[in-house]
Amino acid sequence: MKNKKNKDKVLISPGHRACAGCGQMISAKAATEGMGNNVIVANATGCLEVTTTPYPQSAWKMPWIHSLFENASAIASGIKAALNYKGKHGEGRAKNIKVIAQGGDGGTFDIGFGLISGMWERGEDILYICYDTEAYSNTGVQASGATPWAASTTTTPAGTGKNIDAIGSHQNKKDMISIALAHGLPYVAQSTAGYPMDITAKVKKALEIKGPAYIQIMTPCIPGWKVKPSDAMKLGKLGVETGLYPLLEYIDGKLVNSSKIDKKVKVEEYLKLQGRFKHLFKTARGKKQIEYIQKLADENIKKYELKK
Amino acid sequence: MTNTNNQILEGSRAIALTIKKIRPGVISAYPITPQTHIVEDLSQFKADGEVDYEYVRAESEFAAASIVEGASATGVRVYTATSSQGLLLMTEVLYNIAGMRLPVVLTCANRGVSAPITIWNDHQDSVTMRDAGWIQFYAENHQEAVEQHIIAYKVAEQLGLPAMVNIDGFVLTHSYESVRIPSEADIKKFLPDYKPKKNGYLDPANPKTMGAFATPAHYMEIRQALHDDMVDALKVIIGEYQAYREIISDSAPFSTSKQLMDNGLLEYHGPKKAKTIIIALGSVAGTIKEAFERSNNVGVLKLKVMRPFPEQHVLDIIEQVKPQNIAVIEKAISLGAEGPLAMDIKTALYGKTKAKVQSFIAGLGGRDITKSMIKKIARDIEKEDDEVKFVGSVN
Ligand SMILES: Cc1ncc(C[n+]2csc(CCOP(=O)(O)OP(=O)(O)O)c2C)c(N)n1
Repeated sequence: MKNKKNKDKVLISPGHRACAGCGQMISAKAATEGMGNNVIVANATGCLEVTTTPYPQSAWKMPWIHSLFENASAIASGIKAALNYKGKHGEGRAKNIKVIAQGGDGGTFDIGFGLISGMWERGEDILYICYDTEAYSNTGVQASGATPWAASTTTTPAGTGKNIDAIGSHQNKKDMISIALAHGLPYVAQSTAGYPMDITAKVKKALEIKGPAYIQIMTPCIPGWKVKPSDAMKLGKLGVETGLYPLLEYIDGKLVNSSKIDKKVKVEEYLKLQGRFKHLFKTARGKKQIEYIQKLADENIKKYELKK
Repeated sequence: MTNTNNQILEGSRAIALTIKKIRPGVISAYPITPQTHIVEDLSQFKADGEVDYEYVRAESEFAAASIVEGASATGVRVYTATSSQGLLLMTEVLYNIAGMRLPVVLTCANRGVSAPITIWNDHQDSVTMRDAGWIQFYAENHQEAVEQHIIAYKVAEQLGLPAMVNIDGFVLTHSYESVRIPSEADIKKFLPDYKPKKNGYLDPANPKTMGAFATPAHYMEIRQALHDDMVDALKVIIGEYQAYREIISDSAPFSTSKQLMDNGLLEYHGPKKAKTIIIALGSVAGTIKEAFERSNNVGVLKLKVMRPFPEQHVLDIIEQVKPQNIAVIEKAISLGAEGPLAMDIKTALYGKTKAKVQSFIAGLGGRDITKSMIKKIARDIEKEDDEVKFVGSVN
């Protein structure tokens, strides 16, 4: 399908089918604002793909391809290789086209993980953006490697039993930021749906820097997190203010920017707005999990030097 | 028509040299026996500065297939090669490439599939992929493999369909034969540089969405269009096979008196009227021809293309030659049923002939198929039963 030429600089148009208040859509829109016109995007299967491209319509105004759930990174590598080839064979303009791959946390932390590692290893100048809803939103909020401790999802449901399963998810969230850094990426950043301008700026920066870049954005999922449609941005901010999901920016492996915390907000303030953590407020065991989550936030504050 | 002299080459090298002259823009692959020599050669050409393609080292076959998919979607000619487990690992991507209508060309060095793990030849890998929407060529020898690669690109790029050229692992990939690699100039005459359709690829100058999801209102028509174009590929292959002969090769079809048909899709070799026809794919066709070289009652029908299935052309031969028996010898089995090619043949002939059609499975996991085994099959088909038979020895 031919996309409408971009006149208004908005690369993702209204009329998509996402839920009202979708944190991923807010973030994707902010991301496209940092992309400029001269890009090709490879998108993994997931909410962002499904809600924007019901055949024969498309909300995208840049060249955009969706192949499979797990291979957006390798598709992007192929695009990059083709552009390199064209650049050397009479199509000089191909050299300036930026390549972006993007997907949800499932497509990034889990099923697409190996292919992303392969792409990073090759050192190609490709930006990968992960929209982290902390679960497989598109298929009904099953747990992924990005699901945080004690979140209730449809495959880690909170329960009434005595064993650990009852608390919801009881695996720690995979640390993709460290994994990205371990690949020697020149640019690694984290943001949240609470800060669209930060997202836009980071995408711009990532595209300026040569080499592979990774940006991970916390994007609240309205039905998945069982939150009010008006709360996506608020949750994005609380994630930062609690230290659970700080804004981060690494250049050449060095932390150059992080969101400083003036007055620490307790994790309860973040958790209590979300149905996926509701069970924690009902039992003594749940309270213990909240304490543990507070500990995770405090560790982040130290690790990322968030204290003012 | 420049006549490059024949060379004695390893099959893999012949293919690598052909690909080099076809000049793809992007190659990506992952090593697996017996495909390795092809991709090693292609890497060496790059290291020696003899070629200008981008060679992308992939971390799996899944990635390799995805990389050539992405490159093809960006409008350049691409190539990959694999085998067996690698082809199976690519499955999801292969279906996707066909649905996206991308003219990717892949060499499959045919090998059996695990378990038990085997590195030796059969056709279980590619035959398993027959429903994926890829044109499937099968080569009997080095020369045919060379030709089929060149024709594969021509057909694929015309129709927006991917094509797989199957060459028997070890039997062809690692053996040495006399082969003629056409000159780059001749190849270019037949197969001009790839020009993707305008607005047919990813380009910021012409933004396009590829890979949208289809609701029940659209899905069927899109899949049917893919099927219709696969069927149309039959005519196109015949035409290009003829054109290839005019532009590149000096060997005309119908080159021997024993050949009744040779049209790029299939080849019949044997008496004008035969009591028994043996049908096969790939290198074993050579052994079968030899086994019945002097026979007045057994003919060989070699399929060079399994998908699209040349149903009408098979039927034409059967109606001309009027055999009483048709033995389909296959190096693959649909477990719990019979040989997939035998099923296709039965479907093609249903209600059109009284001939008996029987499925014979041979050569799995590299078991030799000897002339005496083939002769035994020709005898066995005269027996009354029509069950699928595994022929692993002459006893
Ligand atoms: C190989 C494969 N397995 C499973 C699926 C089903 N599936 C489609 S989208 C999806 C979840 C996507 O989750 P995520 O990547 O987190 O993105 P989100 O929908 O949350 O934005 C799943 C499991 C699939 N399409 N392909």
